[in-house]
Amino acid sequence: MTTALVSNIQKYSIHDGPGIRSTVFLKGCPLHCPWCHNPETQAFQPEIVWHHEKCLGCKSCVEVCPHKALEAAEQGIVINTKHCNYCNQCAIACPTLALEILGKEMTVEQVLTEVDKDAVFYEQSRGGVTLSGGEPLSHKGFAVEFLKRCKEQGYHTTIDTSGFVSKSVFDAVLPYVDLFLYDIKHLEDDVHQTYIKAPIEPILLNLRHIVEKGAQVWIRVPLVPTVNDSPEFIQSLSVLMRDLGLKEIYLLPYHKMAEAKYHRLHLPYIISHINEPTAEHMQELAAILSQQGLNVHIGG
Amino acid sequence: MTTENMKVLGMNKRIQKLRQESVSTVPSISIERAVLMTEAYQNYQGKVSIPVLRALSFKHLCENKTVVILDGELIVGERGPKPQSSPTYPELCCHSVEDLEIMDQREKIFFKVSDEIKKIQEETIIPFWKGKAIRDLIMDQMTQEWHDCYEAGIFTEFMEQRSPGHTVCDDKIYHKGMLDFKAEIKEQLDQLDFVNDFEAYDKQEELKAMDIACDALMIFAERYAKRAREIAAECQDEKRKAELIRIAENCEWVPAHAPRTFHEALQMYWFVHLGVITELNTWDSFSPGHLDQHLNPFYQKEMAAGTLSRESALELLESFWVKFNNQPAPPKVGITLKESATYTDFCNINIGGMKADGTDGVSDVSYLLLDVIEDMRILQPSTNVQISKRNPDKFVLEACRVIREGMGFPSVFNHDAVVKELLRQGKSLEDARKGGTSGCVEVGAFGKEAYILTGYFNMVKVLEITLHNGLDPRTGKKIGLETGDPRNFQSIDDLMEAFRKQTAYFIEVDIRGNNVIEKLYAEYMPSPFMSVITEDCITKGKDYNAGGARYNSRYIQFVGLGSITDCLSSIKKHIFDDRTLNMDKLLDVLDSDFEGFEKERQIFLNKTPKYGNDDDQADSIIMDVFEIIYSLVNGRPTPIGGQYRVEMLPTTCHVYFGSVIGATPDGRKAGVALSEGISPVQGADKCGPTAVIKSAAKLDQLRTGGALLNQKFTPAVLEGERGLECLKDLIRAYFRMDGHHIQFNVVDSNMLRDAQHHPENYNDLIIRVAGYSDYFNNLTEELQNEIILRTEQQEF
Repeated sequence: MTTALVSNIQKYSIHDGPGIRSTVFLKGCPLHCPWCHNPETQAFQPEIVWHHEKCLGCKSCVEVCPHKALEAAEQGIVINTKHCNYCNQCAIACPTLALEILGKEMTVEQVLTEVDKDAVFYEQSRGGVTLSGGEPLSHKGFAVEFLKRCKEQGYHTTIDTSGFVSKSVFDAVLPYVDLFLYDIKHLEDDVHQTYIKAPIEPILLNLRHIVEKGAQVWIRVPLVPTVNDSPEFIQSLSVLMRDLGLKEIYLLPYHKMAEAKYHRLHLPYIISHINEPTAEHMQELAAILSQQGLNVHIGG
Repeated sequence: MTTENMKVLGMNKRIQKLRQESVSTVPSISIERAVLMTEAYQNYQGKVSIPVLRALSFKHLCENKTVVILDGELIVGERGPKPQSSPTYPELCCHSVEDLEIMDQREKIFFKVSDEIKKIQEETIIPFWKGKAIRDLIMDQMTQEWHDCYEAGIFTEFMEQRSPGHTVCDDKIYHKGMLDFKAEIKEQLDQLDFVNDFEAYDKQEELKAMDIACDALMIFAERYAKRAREIAAECQDEKRKAELIRIAENCEWVPAHAPRTFHEALQMYWFVHLGVITELNTWDSFSPGHLDQHLNPFYQKEMAAGTLSRESALELLESFWVKFNNQPAPPKVGITLKESATYTDFCNINIGGMKADGTDGVSDVSYLLLDVIEDMRILQPSTNVQISKRNPDKFVLEACRVIREGMGFPSVFNHDAVVKELLRQGKSLEDARKGGTSGCVEVGAFGKEAYILTGYFNMVKVLEITLHNGLDPRTGKKIGLETGDPRNFQSIDDLMEAFRKQTAYFIEVDIRGNNVIEKLYAEYMPSPFMSVITEDCITKGKDYNAGGARYNSRYIQFVGLGSITDCLSSIKKHIFDDRTLNMDKLLDVLDSDFEGFEKERQIFLNKTPKYGNDDDQADSIIMDVFEIIYSLVNGRPTPIGGQYRVEMLPTTCHVYFGSVIGATPDGRKAGVALSEGISPVQGADKCGPTAVIKSAAKLDQLRTGGALLNQKFTPAVLEGERGLECLKDLIRAYFRMDGHHIQFNVVDSNMLRDAQHHPENYNDLIIRVAGYSDYFNNLTEELQNEIILRTEQQEF
């Protein structure tokens, strides 16, 4: 039975492909972009978080933990992650959902049961199912089997990918994917290396590869001021898109709403000094793209 | 359909002025109607039959009530002597001087009452009506069990201060005038067979009364025509002078004759509307029903002839809109105020739907009406769109665009489901198609059915009493059956059976009372004018309140579906399935209002399968509860030949019902509002709008006469064409699953919290409550809190 670590299944998802969709977030990503809006999907392992504002201080979690991984300290619940094996006992015992295990190992069957519930909405809106993450293609076996099953159900399928996986993975999923949402963060390798610690080349090669194979692709750019909000980058992106014959591009303005998640996960939020882009600036950049005959959308 | 669908933006100066006057006038009480009604009864009571007495009283009102034409208005006629001035109906409810003082001084939904009015009430009205008003008769006739239930908050009684109405105008008044109705009445009178038909005398008196009622409305209109000519004679402004002459000509033609123009059609409806709400204080005032379908023939004819433009039609409609807003719901007191705490009088205009032959009912006028709603941003009239699979997506999208503006207008109905519901009840296909919804969400065969709401029913209170073996823990009084000590229940089935028995008992008490009240109205409070315009009353020679309508339904409206489901789900899981708590402990926890049991409360809140999440564990319970109430109510006969049926809507009653219930097993604290309609408990739905819709669609709504579903969206979710498209598809998908109704608040809760603290900045904020919209500032604090707590569907 193929399984994957699922961090969330989002229903009435209306910004991850056409129509009304269910988006399945798989946990784990080879990239760690510092502006990532979903940092809880970066690690390939489950994680445990404590929401201090919800905690009653009842210590049910401490009492129930079979591994003695939790301690009720003066500042609240302290988690010893070395001892925790994410057995979920504490989360089950917690009356207020203050303890949460992020990432649940689910079979293809289990995820399908959940997304099948909204089939009437996909059919009505010509929507479907989106596999996102993290990097969903890091879970090749699951992705292939799940997408295949979705196609058997008649759902429109979308993959939201960073492109940073081997070409063979793309080849494996291609027959079952109706649309790729393909993230491009920058085109210059040194900038890419600086922020993302990964080369741009394989991402661009994979993009070209799937386009040549006839895949439908929408480009998505998380727009982060000072990192990739220059007109030059946008200009060169439009050249690339025209070269590849791509039409649809989504500019996703960076926002700071994820900052609290970083703190809860004890992850550094190294770009807190960067401001959200202004609406005017987004419009200016969008104008460059539409002048090139591309269909630009701001936001998901 | 013409191609002219260009948007005309905004109200013109005239409409702005009329609207401003309407919204800024302070509601007040007028004693005029009470005085005239008293005079009429003093003159005629005992000398004529009761139907004729009612008709002569109506005529006396029409002959003498103040005639008022406001500067600039194009449609004329008021219920009171001026806008926002409400008459009283002493024959239904004779207010004490203390009642008047409370109305005058209460913080919300107040009516200014002058000292002079209090004096007249004390010296003239009370001495004549005390003990004779319907309210007094009802209270006198009800059993002790009924009074116990009423005081405990098991059910409310709609007819104790307002009369049966709940009907809607069909298309007949656009084809027939009062003279035509008089001819039909005469024909029936001529045919009466006093030898073989032993009801011939009753029929004669009722028909005579209807004939007088027709005369009365024509007299009322003639007085308006005369007044318009008087003002015109003195008017210096040539343009206004011409308008006044046009108004006079309109009033000289309608309602005596069928209207010929768009303008006359609106004036015709308005006179009929005033007739209904002057005759009696009908619940849900009155409604034009499928206004777009009724007006479209006039619109098309005049557009083709060049005598009307889209702009002038818009102006007439907007002037018409103001007339509705000028008439606040007459003042309510006591429990009736609690169940319906609003100025709104529930006129609810239907837009779209299908025609009698089953074809698409959307026309140019449908789009025009959507523009009016967006322009006016006004409390009354309420509006809804009737969506059929026959209607184009363009229409649905245009309605969604207006919904996005955030006023809660229009609400959205599944016209295909409405037709199925009416067919299930035995209406003919044509009557069903011409039907629609009124009030909040209630289905009816427009112009042909008396579908009377009798009162709300508090299911959660019944559970509380079941858990206390027949005792009301709030008062310590034993008002229910002894269905057994719940500590001895072995399974959820035992509890469900006890709950069913308890519900059956309270429904018996309720229906027993209703049956008497129905007879009291049939006997003492005929409404001959309403009978003229309701199908089959003339041919049967029978009054609207006595079963004259072609179809007669009586509804019990069940409140707190979400709450009762979550309560039972919680007991099932924690007491009987997981056995983490026993019944004895549960009762302790509840009776202490969770004091010292916060952990248990949190478990109930967070670790229980809840309705609204597309979770069969919870949703199967709501289906079980529905089967209980349906089997106990649906199809039971009523004295005048109707049938009892179920509906699920609350108006503001979920707040009142919550206030009489202690802590509940779903984690709700004592006194807090219940869930409303078939919406999930506020905040219990955590999986987004599709899951809510899936849960709601598991209820077999086609077996109800209406089920209300509220959804709250943040504005961001509906941004752009994309947001509208998805909203449209959400609605269409719900309706594919036979959902009856859905309505949307498009607001963000932070703004509502700010509005609570700075009401002065939010005088114009209109918000969806339950089946109607209201100014946020007009809502009680409890109701404001309840709306803030509803789950906000965010952007994903």
